[in-house]
Amino acid sequence: MGNEKEYIAIFDSHRELIDKPCARLLNTERAKALEIFKSSGFPGPKEENWLHTNVAKRFATDYGMNLGRVMAETGSHDIFICDVPNLNTHKAYIVNDSFRAADNKGKSLPQGVILDSLNEIAKKNPTLLEPYYNRLAGDGDSIAQFNTTFTQDGIVLYIPKNTTVEETIQIVALLQSNVEMMSNRRLLIILEENSKASLLLCDHSSLQKQTLSTQVTEIFIGRGASLDMYEVEETALTNTRLGHIFVHQDRDSRFKHSNITLTNGFTRNYVEVRLEGEGAETSINGLAIGDKKQHIDNRTIVDHKVSHCTSNELYKYILDEESTGVFAGRMLIRPGAQHSVSEQTNRNLCLTSCAHMYAQPQLEIYADDVKCSHGSTVGQLDENALFYMQQRGVPADEARHLLMYAFAGEVIEHIGIEALRDRLHMLVEKRFRGELNRCKGCNLCK
Amino acid sequence: MENLLEIKNLHATIDGKEILKGINLTVKAGEVHAIMGPNGSGKSTLSNVLVGHPAYTVTEGEVIYKGKNLLELAPEDRSHEGLFLSFQYPVEIPGVSITNFMRAAVNAKRQYLGLEPMNATEFLKMMREKRALVNLDSKLANRSVNEGFSGGEKKRNEIFQMAVLEPTLSILDETDSGLDIDALRIVAEGVNKLKREDTSSIVITHYQRLLDYIKPDIVHVLYNGKIVKTAGPELVMELEERGYDWIKNEN
Repeated sequence: MGNEKEYIAIFDSHRELIDKPCARLLNTERAKALEIFKSSGFPGPKEENWLHTNVAKRFATDYGMNLGRVMAETGSHDIFICDVPNLNTHKAYIVNDSFRAADNKGKSLPQGVILDSLNEIAKKNPTLLEPYYNRLAGDGDSIAQFNTTFTQDGIVLYIPKNTTVEETIQIVALLQSNVEMMSNRRLLIILEENSKASLLLCDHSSLQKQTLSTQVTEIFIGRGASLDMYEVEETALTNTRLGHIFVHQDRDSRFKHSNITLTNGFTRNYVEVRLEGEGAETSINGLAIGDKKQHIDNRTIVDHKVSHCTSNELYKYILDEESTGVFAGRMLIRPGAQHSVSEQTNRNLCLTSCAHMYAQPQLEIYADDVKCSHGSTVGQLDENALFYMQQRGVPADEARHLLMYAFAGEVIEHIGIEALRDRLHMLVEKRFRGELNRCKGCNLCK
Repeated sequence: MENLLEIKNLHATIDGKEILKGINLTVKAGEVHAIMGPNGSGKSTLSNVLVGHPAYTVTEGEVIYKGKNLLELAPEDRSHEGLFLSFQYPVEIPGVSITNFMRAAVNAKRQYLGLEPMNATEFLKMMREKRALVNLDSKLANRSVNEGFSGGEKKRNEIFQMAVLEPTLSILDETDSGLDIDALRIVAEGVNKLKREDTSSIVITHYQRLLDYIKPDIVHVLYNGKIVKTAGPELVMELEERGYDWIKNEN
């Protein structure tokens, strides 16, 4: 045990402060999570799942925690306009861990849809959230338990049955602070049967101070429901992001997730999809672009619990300079999960000899009538292709960019919203050219 | 006629092994040269050295192209100066469409020449015209460069790119290999249509059949890293009948 003791001490001495503004539901689960965290502590560097990502070290910084719910400057988040050209979205903000409504210019979501503060809804309508909150993350690793222990707010998105939200819902997550700061966010997304939505999550931080955010997202997709979810991370070298996504899928539901790490500091994304009903389909994809000393770790688990489910997975990394990539993809086909179809692809480019990639595809198959495949490669840009392009007059740097851009393009093509796809194509190209400068908001809107 | 290319006593190595052992060759504006020779004589090495492939090292000699020291130019600048190699084995580039590739190539050349980038309408019109010249299917133009192309399609795509870039000196490295007789004719016709009075070609081949379509002015035999014989087009027939052994024996 190391610095977890300090966090437990902080918790014990501020318990009243933490509990006071929060709904009973959050506090009840908090107590359970604390007990688990107390016995497990932070994962050590020798634990199999954390071999290449020393997470305990990230908690060593003396971060400020806004346990007394002192509001950050109100209104200043509005400068993060975060508009994607040609894409109308229904917006909401999370500033640090607090929900902030956005000005949606009089537009409203379909009747019954809730996009609001998790804590407020947990107070007003606890019976709505009780069947869901911490039902998935409750089994999570010690970082998820840490989040449950400290979280005080976040966002809830609830879509009642047979409801389609046409407009993309956009959640802009920001960090605002003048000091080193930690924020523990929570997202709860519930799609009842036959509902449908698409969600864009923009994670931004451009602070010079060290920041750490844990973010646990629990997603429930009911029978026949469908969720497309796109996450874009555009933070700074000073940022540590520890994200968890837990997904529960009922019969004939659909889930599509793309995670794009454009710029970051130290990132660990964990995605766990539980296929609980027959005919469920899931597609999880990721693109990670690293340079300097960036660290990007994506860990996925697709759990085929029942028969006739389909999963697809594509993760690509482009690592320049001294960046590090980690990918572990576990595909679990449980006994009886016959006729599972599962495909996993992981392709990685290391552009320098100092860039490191750790790739670990893991297949566990306990059924005998399944179709499963996986492939993983680590390599460099094709020298022959580079020379071929130069012979045609394309300068060496430009040829490199074209090849990198082509490599990344495959992941972007999985995104279902054309305007977002176009935007990301352009941003990725700019990223490779080193032209990704910040506007007042984020690069999505530039 | 003006000398377009002068190769003087060119020596080149790969991985420390000397392949070119003193090449002398002069190509004047407007000429078509054929270089023939047995396998392993250095034909592909010569074409790769001329376009600046980084795997080869020039150890001696010089190459003057349009009055400039060619060996000092970066590969892309050699291209901008009008040097084109139709590769023996064109490379597949997954994810890069022919259209985007050619746009990058054309605009890089225009920038080198101090011209504005070509606008989109103009560029697409030009692409259509050039496609028609070599009968390249419009569907191929939207696909990734050479990915999943047949041998014939790859070679046709090389000639298409040649049409787009309008080189002054084109080197065709075994453009006939892997082609059936119909594909060969289409490719050769494309090359002939692109021929202008001031442009020159070096055609590298093993066989007579390509030279039935592309008529050379001068024929060289390359053997063991040197040009051992130079004559008129009649040499082609002689080689076809007698093979290379008599030349090997003479050297």
